[in-house]
Amino acid sequence: MKTELTVNGRRERLDADARTTLLDALRVHLELTGTKKGCDHGQCGACTVLVNGRRINSCLSLACMHEGDEIVTIEGLGEPDRLSDLQQAFLSHDGFQCGFCTPGQICSATAMLSEIEAGWPSHVSDDLDRTPELSSTEISERMSGNICRCSAYPNIVEAIKEAADRRRG
Amino acid sequence: MALHLKMDERDDCDRLDAMAQKIIGTPIDRPEGALKVAGRARYALDMLPAGACHGVLVRATVAKGKLSSVDKDAVMALPGVRAVIADERLLRNPAQGMAGEAPVQGVSDVAYFGQLVALVVADSFEQARHGAQRLKLTLSSDPDVVVRPDDPAADLESPDDQKSEMGDLGRAMVDAAFSIDETYTTPPHASAAMEPHASIAEWSGEKLTLHGSYQMLPFNRSELADALGIDEGNVRILAPYVGGGFGSKLGISQEAVAAAIAAKELGVPVAVAMSRQQVFEGIMRRSETRQRIRLAAGEDGVLTGIGHEAWVSNLPDETFAEPVTQATPFLYQGAHRLIGQHIARVHRTCAGSVRAPGEAVGLTALEIAMDELAEISGIDPLELRLRNIPDKDPTEGIPFSSNKLSEALKVGAEKFGWSERSGTPGTRREGEWLVGMGMASAARVNMLIESKARVTLTGDGVARIESDMTDIGTGTYAVLSQIAGEMLGLPIDHVDVHLGDTDLPRGSGSGGSFGAASNGTAVFLACEDIRNQLCEKLGCDPESLTLKDGHAISGNQRLPFSEILQGTDLVGEGHVEPGKTEEAVRQATFGSYFAEVGVNAVTGETRLRRMLGVFSAGRILNEKTARSQCLGGMTFGIGMALLEELIHDDRDGHIVNRDLAEYHLPVNADVSGLEVVLLDERDGWANPLHAKGIGELGICGAAASIVNAIHNATGVRVRDLPATLDKVLEGLPPLS
Ligand code: FES
Ligand code: FES
Repeated sequence: MKTELTVNGRRERLDADARTTLLDALRVHLELTGTKKGCDHGQCGACTVLVNGRRINSCLSLACMHEGDEIVTIEGLGEPDRLSDLQQAFLSHDGFQCGFCTPGQICSATAMLSEIEAGWPSHVSDDLDRTPELSSTEISERMSGNICRCSAYPNIVEAIKEAADRRRG
Repeated sequence: MALHLKMDERDDCDRLDAMAQKIIGTPIDRPEGALKVAGRARYALDMLPAGACHGVLVRATVAKGKLSSVDKDAVMALPGVRAVIADERLLRNPAQGMAGEAPVQGVSDVAYFGQLVALVVADSFEQARHGAQRLKLTLSSDPDVVVRPDDPAADLESPDDQKSEMGDLGRAMVDAAFSIDETYTTPPHASAAMEPHASIAEWSGEKLTLHGSYQMLPFNRSELADALGIDEGNVRILAPYVGGGFGSKLGISQEAVAAAIAAKELGVPVAVAMSRQQVFEGIMRRSETRQRIRLAAGEDGVLTGIGHEAWVSNLPDETFAEPVTQATPFLYQGAHRLIGQHIARVHRTCAGSVRAPGEAVGLTALEIAMDELAEISGIDPLELRLRNIPDKDPTEGIPFSSNKLSEALKVGAEKFGWSERSGTPGTRREGEWLVGMGMASAARVNMLIESKARVTLTGDGVARIESDMTDIGTGTYAVLSQIAGEMLGLPIDHVDVHLGDTDLPRGSGSGGSFGAASNGTAVFLACEDIRNQLCEKLGCDPESLTLKDGHAISGNQRLPFSEILQGTDLVGEGHVEPGKTEEAVRQATFGSYFAEVGVNAVTGETRLRRMLGVFSAGRILNEKTARSQCLGGMTFGIGMALLEELIHDDRDGHIVNRDLAEYHLPVNADVSGLEVVLLDERDGWANPLHAKGIGELGICGAAASIVNAIHNATGVRVRDLPATLDKVLEGLPPLS
């Protein structure tokens, strides 16, 4: 099946089996292997990417459903010598160990910060109408779709806080 | 000439402290970290070569039986399918850690539900998966099958070497002022590393290259070669990045052998990744345990007797048995002791190592029992432990290499505010929440494993470290860089570390918390070798040589390495082996945990509010990565206490919750308020680095502090883990 989409700012033409997930299209067809497969069932978050600015589990979505979409993967957020604020904060706070869940965590956190800025409440927000505060509780709650078996969670929360502070200036 | 050290004597020099660079121990960022956060670190399945085929494994769905036929033809007719492989060389289960030879092989005998018996290979993953789903297996099912460890028909082995008795425990129990005789159970656990097991196999003539996800490459190479019936000199395994292990990647596993057979048959590279469900069913689980613990104590709480007997299980023919009682012989005093172990042979997923085999579950039960003893004797749990720290190993009669349990307990209590704990359970309430505190001791045996490493100081003043050692998230890249940087006087960006390639010198591999100290010592020795060579060049003796910031300083001369080396390289080799210090002293690491929980009075749900771990593990090589290891261990403890449980069906033993939605791992919201304190310590009995293992210490007893906190909050004593809300709710008072 032919699909045209934009990945990390580049137009890509895919010709893939209709059963190909967005995750496998990225990893196998476009050779963007930063996005990881931890479960293939939407249960771990390792495959999180941004689609039109929103985070999704790319294993739960077929590539052919993304005609015309703008996809951003971990490779689109920064490079080893030009890290994004979040990537740098994950590095300095040791927000990872094995690193396998990390691309998903960082994509997820990138979108999560925009969700908070846009005022989206979560299960732990006290007030549904006010812009939520960026507390540890809010961050933990909103990052709970991304499992880290190495359990870098406390460091991930600290990293996100620092990057968010920098973003707000 | 390699510098060789057999650890026969205590090291008293502590060379690292005498060095000038001062980077050892500092919290530097992981050198490979930028690649990881940018998504550029390439794990096994990221190495897919052009033209590779994809294989998907197929499981048997009986607990015990025969596979009589595989309907290859129907699947071979599907588009893209290239091969269906059901070969007697396929593995029944992964190799156990450090086996160095193939595990049980063959597909015609099925020994557990979920055993992987065939591989479908196709041009694309989607085609292979479709073929695998369609493949028809003819399986007979043996009605005479034991799947439950408590089935009276199960064969029960009670190995003599796992039994020990001192004095008369029965007598001590009768004479005791206070005694505990209780049974505790823990369920099977999964390692659940985030990266599923995956291999890409590629042949060039007789030579096999495998990109895999493994912890112990030298062993894995032998296991893979043995399984395929080829010379191990023809096998190269590459695993520079490994997406977590926790014991699950110690031994070669099914997908590697399947990929190698398929790649040979088809003459193209073949990638095989296990699905998450296949990892749950096919890779090692931690055995469930039933533990009878007896404690006998005098009026003052001083222990006179300890009994610890464990019942675990495994498949027939497996040598591994969860070493539940490993820390019991030395943690507390008591003249009368009894240790025993019983292994039931069952047809369930193979049991093997999961983070801290032994202490993770054994110490957890022991530390709940200690809390019970504290309760009935009216002695504060902290005080009870302090009164029972032995001054030497009470079973072997040998001294401890070092033992900072007492300091860990006192520092932890002070920092946590233990004195604010109410001694009467169920008395602190905040709204709907009953709040309580609990604590536990931590201990884990310390090991050294033979390791070699090569370090090259290049003409331009950069050190290159080479070893087949792995970094499974443990921080190997960081700590080896720091050791070499310290010894050779180089800033961290002048050290390159090459790992995860069996063509490089043979290290210990990652397991049992021994990786950093064992390979670190090999690197240390290789650096000493280079220092000796520099001394020869400079005509000075090793004591008067200072290396710092890429310069050698001796007497009144200070020369850059480039000037000394004149474009040539110096190669140093190090080789360490365990020796007499293993037997001369009891080597272990120690620590303490303090936890505060809230238990919902209406639902029985437990929420961890905060938790502190205090650990002593010799020299800390990198404060940042060591702390992360402890956070990870403690979080495994949270999972054990509250969430994690593999559930086997009673009829055929299949794992009911074989995915990440049903097997509950701690998520970010379950882990708050974690703190770690690392005590300063040196242990020259362990190795010349004075460092000990830290990767597993954080889980050894952690769950007990939480379960004890639940008791303090509610008065409910949970002896069957995990402490899910149903078990707590049962004991809560009715709502008025
Ligand atoms: S791989 Fe997509 S959520 Fe796990
Ligand atoms: S860093 Fe290993 S799973 Fe998160």
